[in-house]
Formats: sequence, structure tokens, C-alpha cells
Amino acid sequence: MAIDAATVRKVAHLARIKTPEDRLETLAGELNGILNWIEQLDEVDVQFVEPMTSNVHQPLRLRDDVVTDGGKLDCVLSNAPKSADGFFVVPKVVE
Amino acid sequence: MSDLTQLTLKAAVDGLKAKKFSSAEITQAFLSNIEASNGTLNAYTEVTADKALKMARASDARLAAGEGGALEGAPLGIKDLFCTDGVRTTAGSNMLRDFTPPYESTVTANLWRDGAVMLGKLNMDEFAMGSSNETSAFGPVKNPWKSKASNAELTPGGSSGGSASAVAADLCLAATASDTGGSIRQPAAFTGTVGIKPTYGRASRYGMVAFASSLDQAGPITKTVEDAALLLRSMCSFDMKDSTSLDVETPDWTASVGESVKGLRIGVPREYVVDGMPAEIQALWDQGVEWLKAAGCEIVDISLPHTKYALPTYYIVAPAEASSNLARYDGMRFGHRATEARSLTDLYETSRAEGFGKEVQRRLTIGAYVLSAGFYDAYYVKALKVRRRIAQDFDNVWGQVDAILTPSTPSAAFALGDKQIDPVQMYLNDVFTVTTNLAGLPGISVPAGMDANGLPLGLQVIGKALDEATVFQVAAALEDAAGFAAKPDKWW
Repeated sequence: MAIDAATVRKVAHLARIKTPEDRLETLAGELNGILNWIEQLDEVDVQFVEPMTSNVHQPLRLRDDVVTDGGKLDCVLSNAPKSADGFFVVPKVVE
Repeated sequence: MSDLTQLTLKAAVDGLKAKKFSSAEITQAFLSNIEASNGTLNAYTEVTADKALKMARASDARLAAGEGGALEGAPLGIKDLFCTDGVRTTAGSNMLRDFTPPYESTVTANLWRDGAVMLGKLNMDEFAMGSSNETSAFGPVKNPWKSKASNAELTPGGSSGGSASAVAADLCLAATASDTGGSIRQPAAFTGTVGIKPTYGRASRYGMVAFASSLDQAGPITKTVEDAALLLRSMCSFDMKDSTSLDVETPDWTASVGESVKGLRIGVPREYVVDGMPAEIQALWDQGVEWLKAAGCEIVDISLPHTKYALPTYYIVAPAEASSNLARYDGMRFGHRATEARSLTDLYETSRAEGFGKEVQRRLTIGAYVLSAGFYDAYYVKALKVRRRIAQDFDNVWGQVDAILTPSTPSAAFALGDKQIDPVQMYLNDVFTVTTNLAGLPGISVPAGMDANGLPLGLQVIGKALDEATVFQVAAALEDAAGFAAKPDKWW
């Protein structure tokens, strides 16, 4: 299942990482190396095996749907690249 | 004064309680060591000297009043992926270069509750993705050890390379670390220190910068097995803020250190012999078996047939989880934001391209690929099924054995730059450690010997889920038999 430059372009977009055109071939080579190595998993018989999503042998805890915390506007905004009047400010990106 | 920095954590805590020295004294001794050494070793990304001395004076006041917690006055280093309230936390990334959390991780909160003093934040591979610390945006950490055969600078391993290097070079009494595929145990093995990853769910992940949530687990890197038991106990707790946190008691593991291992059954998995493994690693492993036999253990040959599939499984599961976890870094609410963008998507893409380093980008791309339509079942679901096979391998042997002995790493520390060209070669470093992350089991690395060039090598003990007690018991027996007391020659 060889990955080509077009596939890398598509996946990089899915990952939301801008990738310059001249990097695509190199990345395709690296990803192919990793995926070829990963393909040895095809040797394993996994028929009738349930996917394992967690190591935790206990039911997921639920809590009451109530506010336990809050009033931390300054904390929430403290690492914003830009903020004003209690809001995140994002750059204007529409025409 | 300098000998204070060579104390074990246990000896320091005892000395502080007995008022042989003050926390301010030992803290100052470490700060002086850091000041003199960090320019070369690059173990700390941030030294919090003022905060450390303030915490130390508060500890001294408590000690003077006959009070104080289990770690009262002990200066520690903190891996830079534990959020520390008001202290910059970068996870080794440019993405978080200016991030100062307004909250504290549960693990570090537990340490301050027990009286520990924070010296600063320790360097690491970017978002814990790496086995050599070369992916850090703050530059590689150097291993205090050097080979007798060459003057080359060596990696301390990764991703907790700053933690391992700082402990080995006496830049802290002990350090916090985290382990997703071997990131505690591999650097411990490379630096002649002890590192344990506990059972998944023992330590809260709240406030730890996430890499792969189903695998990440916090643990300590220390000078001795007893220190590891002492520090791990403080780090672990049940935490409502982490839905995967286990509601179980945290035992006093120091009680297991020194307990006889007579009659314990130790498994030796035949599949842990890998192609091209140096003869020295096999010899060390054989030696470990002999030590445990001499201590009265019964050695049992066991089979973990899916071992060879653990690393490829990991390199699907971990990037998939990372691509989901790291989606939060989009330049909007925190983290790096690109200054020039023509559209919303362009802003995301440019911010992430600028903020993430090469290895992180590579793994996020793999993660997006294995989760994408058309490949989700073939790669991701398949890997989750193999993961269950790997976990079942362990379940199948616990009836026959109480713990498992393996080498920690397939080699001693390698030179910086040595394995950067081929990502797969780099990934193979975690071949012995990654299985326990996939299965959620505790694993410890203990320094057990040297290679021909005088570099430390580690042995790993793997235990049943929640049975850290036996892991510490066996690890202490190995430590006792090995008598590893060597320190690196000071060149830095």
C-alpha cells in the first residue's frame, strides 16, 4: 500500500499541518518505510478478537451533570494569543 | 556542601527530619550544581531558583515545628509535561514555548502536599515523542556518561532524558517522568538510574500534557529502588479529575524493598531475544537470572508469542491517539499562533507547521492516515485487536509466574545523532518496554551492569497489574545482587 506525494498532501491536510510541496516526496518515503514495517501485523490472526481500547478494567465513572468549577475567565484567557473584553480574539480570515 | 547532592532521596528525607541539614542548604547545593552544569547537560528547560528557596524555607519551618510530609524539604526535578501552576510548561515544544498553566497537575500537587521542593522543569522529547531527546525544541540533553572508547556525547535516552540526566548528574535528588512506550525505563537504563512505570491508572494523568492517553503513565526516576518506591507512593492517587484513574489504595512500597524473594517464580520470555542484540545484553540477562536463582527464585521459561508485534502496534495506536489529542493545538485559545494566514484552515495549518517539530509532524501524519476513511479498519482497529492479543499473552502466564525478567533496552546509550536518519531504527529502542504500556502493567528498570565501554545497562522487571509490590521486591533483589555503585566521571 504505497503512499505517494498526493496521499501525503491529503493526509497532511487532514492533520492540518501545512507541508511544502518539496517535502512531500521525502515524507512519502518516510511514511512508506514506517507503514511497510507496520504491515507485519497482517501475520497475526485476529479473527474473533475484540479491539482493546483501554487498560482500565472498571466501568467508566460518571458524575452528576452539575457545575463544580467556574468563574475563571482570567485563567481561561491567560494563555490566549490575543484576547479582548473577556473574549478570545481570532484574526479576520474572511474576505 | 556538595556531598548533600549525592544523597539518596531516602537519606535526604531522613537527614532533613533529623535536622542534620536544612532544606535551604540542600536546595542551594542543587541550585549551585545546576548553575554549574546545566549549560553543558541541558537537562533543565527552566530553573525555578526563587520558588525552590521559598519552598525550602517553608519546609524548614514545618520541620522545625516537628511537622512535615513524606518528602518534606526534598528538592526534585519535574519533567516539563507536568503542568505547574504559574511555571512555564512546554512539553519540549515550540507550540507551548510561552505556555504558563494556571493550574497544577495532580501528580505535582501530590508532591507539594508531601513537602517536596521544585528545582525546575526538565527537558524532554517534544510531546514525549522520541527515544533520545533529540526532538526537543530546547535541544538535546546530554548523558553524563561517556564511553571509554570515544569522547562522543551520548544521549540519555528519551523521552524523559532530562529527568534521567539530572538524577545521574546529581542535579536533583529524584525526578518525575512519564512513560508511553518506555520513556521512563529506557533513559533510566541509559544513565544508571532506576525508573518505574506503574500500573496504568495508578497515577493521575490530570495536568500531564497528553501524548497517547491509553498508554501515558507518570512515574519516578531515582537513584535507588527504595527511592523509586518512596517517590511513586507520593505521585499516585485516586483522582476524580481523570476518568481512567483507579480507585485503589496506594500501598507503602518501601516495605517491599529488601523483602526476601525466596520462592517467587520469575518468568523469562524466550521472545525477548531480538535480532542483532549485543552479546553483552544477553550476558546481563543471564546474570540477572543467576542472581535471582541464587536468591531463591524459581526460574520459568515462558512464551509471550505476540511480543514482536508490540512495536508496530504501538506505532499505530500512539500516533492515532496523538493526532486526536494534539488537535487542540490550533493556535486559537493557547499555544503558538501563526501571524500571517489567508483563511481559517490556513491559520490552523500554518500555526501547527510552525509550532510542531519534524517527529511530531511525522507521527501526527501517520495518526491521521491510520484513522482516515478507508484505512481505519485495516490499520487502527487491527492494531487494537493485536493489542488485546499482546495483553492476553501476559494474562496467560500469570498463573505460572509472579514477575517477568527482561533486559530494559537492546543496547547501551548511543551517540547523539546516531539514529536520526531512520525513524524505524529509533523506534526499536523501545522493543522491550512497549509491551507493558500496551497491556497496562507495571515495569521497572534497575541498573545491573556495564557494557565493555563502561556504559550502564539495565534489567527490567514486569509485574501483574497493581502488583508493584512484587516488582519492587524483585528489583531490590537485583539491585542488591548487582551492587551497581558506579558514577559517571565528571567531564561537564
